[in-house]
Amino acid sequence: MELIHKNLPALIVVLPLCMGLLTSIIGRRGLGWWMAMATTGAVFAMSGQLLWNVMHDGAYQITYQMGSWPAPFGIVYIVDPLNASVLMVVSTIAAVLTLYARKSVASEIQKNRLHFFYALWLFCTTGLLGITITGDAFNLYVLLEISSLSTYTLVALGRARNRRALTAAINYLVLGSIGANFYLLGIAYLYQVTGSLNMADIHHILVNQVFPTWGGDAPQYRTTVIVGFAFMAVGLSLKLALFPLHGWLPNAYTYSPSAVSGLLASTATKVGAYAFIRVIFTIVGVDFAFGLLHTDTALMVSAGAAIIIGAWLALKQTNLKKMLAYSSIGQIGYITLGFSLNNVNGLTASIIHLFNHALTKGSMFMALGVVVYRLGNARITDVRGLGRQLPVTMGVFVVGGLGLIGVPLTAGFISKWYLVTGAIQAGRYEMAAVVLVGSILALMYVWRVVEQIYFGKRDENAPKLREAPLTMLVPMVLLAAASIYFGIDARATSWVSQTAAELLLGVKL
Amino acid sequence: MQIVLDYYNYWICIILMMVGFYGVIAKTNLIKKALSLSLFQTGVLVFYISIGKVDGGTGPVLDEANADAVYSNPLPHALMLTAIVVGVATLAVAMAIIVNIRERYGTIDERDIEDIEHQTEE
Repeated sequence: MELIHKNLPALIVVLPLCMGLLTSIIGRRGLGWWMAMATTGAVFAMSGQLLWNVMHDGAYQITYQMGSWPAPFGIVYIVDPLNASVLMVVSTIAAVLTLYARKSVASEIQKNRLHFFYALWLFCTTGLLGITITGDAFNLYVLLEISSLSTYTLVALGRARNRRALTAAINYLVLGSIGANFYLLGIAYLYQVTGSLNMADIHHILVNQVFPTWGGDAPQYRTTVIVGFAFMAVGLSLKLALFPLHGWLPNAYTYSPSAVSGLLASTATKVGAYAFIRVIFTIVGVDFAFGLLHTDTALMVSAGAAIIIGAWLALKQTNLKKMLAYSSIGQIGYITLGFSLNNVNGLTASIIHLFNHALTKGSMFMALGVVVYRLGNARITDVRGLGRQLPVTMGVFVVGGLGLIGVPLTAGFISKWYLVTGAIQAGRYEMAAVVLVGSILALMYVWRVVEQIYFGKRDENAPKLREAPLTMLVPMVLLAAASIYFGIDARATSWVSQTAAELLLGVKL
Repeated sequence: MQIVLDYYNYWICIILMMVGFYGVIAKTNLIKKALSLSLFQTGVLVFYISIGKVDGGTGPVLDEANADAVYSNPLPHALMLTAIVVGVATLAVAMAIIVNIRERYGTIDERDIEDIEHQTEE
């Protein structure tokens, strides 16, 4: 037991990796799902334990040295409140969606390939957890590619239902690889200047040895650092689908298998956002990124455009999965806006929204997954009058929709509250206005669907639908209930997020 | 001229990367696109390798006879071994998807695929 406790930060990545390999070999005949379920369940427990440990740790930091090589020579895994909460998001969603995936995926993928699906599923989780926990900039790249490569394949597996999944996957692959390579190139520049790959160490060298020379006549490596940061920022913006680099996202979300859409929407872009926050706040530092380069202004413009245009495009979609995909682009805008405000409330909004939006979007994609499971498609005409026939599923969809709008008593309200407070504190009244306009647009696109669900008439001849199977219903309801619970009692989530934000900005300690 | 000769390793990286980047954007044949992506990655690899070189440095094997030997930095090489593996895996996944596209669409040209997708609804 002691051994497990001491090695938790490593185990949380190594366990799904090994289980993924094992699943691809012995996971036939339905065993694959059981292995994936057990693994994600264990990972969930571990990340819960890590979050608990780190929040009750005096220094708010747990450091784990891989193979006992001390930093900066070895790779270290570092847990602090920020990434502990992102780990919690990833592992919660992974565990809940694995339960959901059983029936949903079985209907979308050939039976003899199921064990490969769950192997990729676990690899994807491995990569996402690894990106979150690692304290090494190059290690982050490797894990980014592990998660991305398995994601491309998972998206392509939607081919059984619609061949467009294939073109969506190749598009995602090309853009995703360019993004990852830009990030890699950015690391090369910083490595050239600092000779280190450890995030904290890079920061230390930059702040103590490189930046002080910039004031004088002989600035050292000024252009190199700026170009390096620019490459990393663009690469990660591609990964997190920040407007206008979101081109790969809508089709990838729409045509992938339902469970994969859920996983992608609620974790992949969130982890990208986390990595971006790390680069800005931990590697190069706020004074450089925001103070010198004014990246915050650029991010705010992108985020504002994402919020308005994402929601506007969502309003025009007839395919509901695509509508949620565009809405996700808008939600990524909220997350980016939060950290670009550079104050505690804004950053808290970002971190809390990572969690709240994962709950909301996850449950909505799951609800649409049920419609796809029963009808084979999820157009707006398909859900007409389904409120009577699928009461629970549609209820979940509506709760999620209220969360997207940010109605009080849902989790989305808490995020927007912090976000608007942060914007006003930073004196960015126009950004607060953008958030409100975005909410109104969200109200419009959610209402459009709700109207069809409850007031539309279903075709007389259409067959009567049964409610979703229990293994799909339970995870969906769990997420929806959680999004209401954390909307009413946000003490736990805001405690963790606020602590993380204060630590990042150096207000605490 | 001097700036080209002094930094020729960087120029090679830039040319490789830009040729690859151009291919990724401009080519419509998916296989050419995937190969261009590979070329782009190679540019990054060469960049890493070249920054590991130390002026006058020898191979990083400890030379006990010569106490003040200068060694080149082996770390970027080690990093690029990983990146090469990633590149190969990316290319393999891309090719697998392209084979599937060929089977389902009957073409690997982006423009033709777009036409087909426009003609058929969802």
